[in-house]
Amino acid sequence: MMAFDSLADFIQMGTHGAFVWSTYGLVLLILAGLIANTIQGRRKTLRQLKKRYSRETHS
Amino acid sequence: MNWVWFHKLGSPKWFFQWASKWSTPVFYLGLLCLLVGVIWGLVFAPTDYQQGETYRIIYVHVPAAVLAESCYLSLGVAGLVYLVWQMKMAPIFIKSMAPVGAAMAAIALISGAIWGKPTWGTWWVWDARLTSVLVLFILYMGIIALQNTLEDVALANQAAAIVSVLGLINLPIIKYSVNWWNTLHQPASFGLTKKPAMPMEMWLPLLISLVGFYFLVAGLAMWRMQSEILLRERRSQWVKEKVMNDGV
Repeated sequence: MMAFDSLADFIQMGTHGAFVWSTYGLVLLILAGLIANTIQGRRKTLRQLKKRYSRETHS
Repeated sequence: MNWVWFHKLGSPKWFFQWASKWSTPVFYLGLLCLLVGVIWGLVFAPTDYQQGETYRIIYVHVPAAVLAESCYLSLGVAGLVYLVWQMKMAPIFIKSMAPVGAAMAAIALISGAIWGKPTWGTWWVWDARLTSVLVLFILYMGIIALQNTLEDVALANQAAAIVSVLGLINLPIIKYSVNWWNTLHQPASFGLTKKPAMPMEMWLPLLISLVGFYFLVAGLAMWRMQSEILLRERRSQWVKEKVMNDGV
């Protein structure tokens, strides 16, 4: 059973749509940032190590 | 009692291989639960008779707040483990978990502020609950800063472990702040020993979202720990082989 009669009702969230949706938007932003930071960290580590190891073999 | 698991857990190589198997499924399971919990909470959970629809912020606010505290508890335990046994994995865990915990604390604070405006009439008050969670966030930032600025790895490990342990004192303050002091914040809606203060149609999606947050955080922490292990164990032959051969 849906709690809303229409899509407009859902977006309005009673009278406080701006508060509910901005919360969910910011949460999405923070979680996406955290995930991106984690993936980036992994890539950066691998790049650094690869460079380091190939330098070792060449010298 | 068999302590083999404890020794294995202390071995970066063993942990790395274990995490290679589990991190991705755990992360996606978390994402799935989080989506189910949030969509259920936003679309299907009934309207609150007092707060109307605004209460739907709860489906991210409470799980993030619980995780912010749980993550910190785990940091404190890891700090103790490091200070007592000098276990190698402990500082790796602290360094990887601190940013995740900080993100959870940030979500709890921001969602709380946005929820506070329409319900209490203010974004922020300097009361016990809100202030102690802000302190939690600052503790996380302090630990991150120590790890990132101290060049001497041994010193950074030690300092981060000490702050992690000292900060544990803040956890009971957060938990009981709503009982010890007068505050705008309501007491816990959930407990292991009492019935939830809301109907099942409301708390079930909240529980699913909470489980989702736990798994998501666990998956992310494992990924971050893997990167940290590679970096710290770079002189080991197995890391070199791993990096050069399959790119992990």
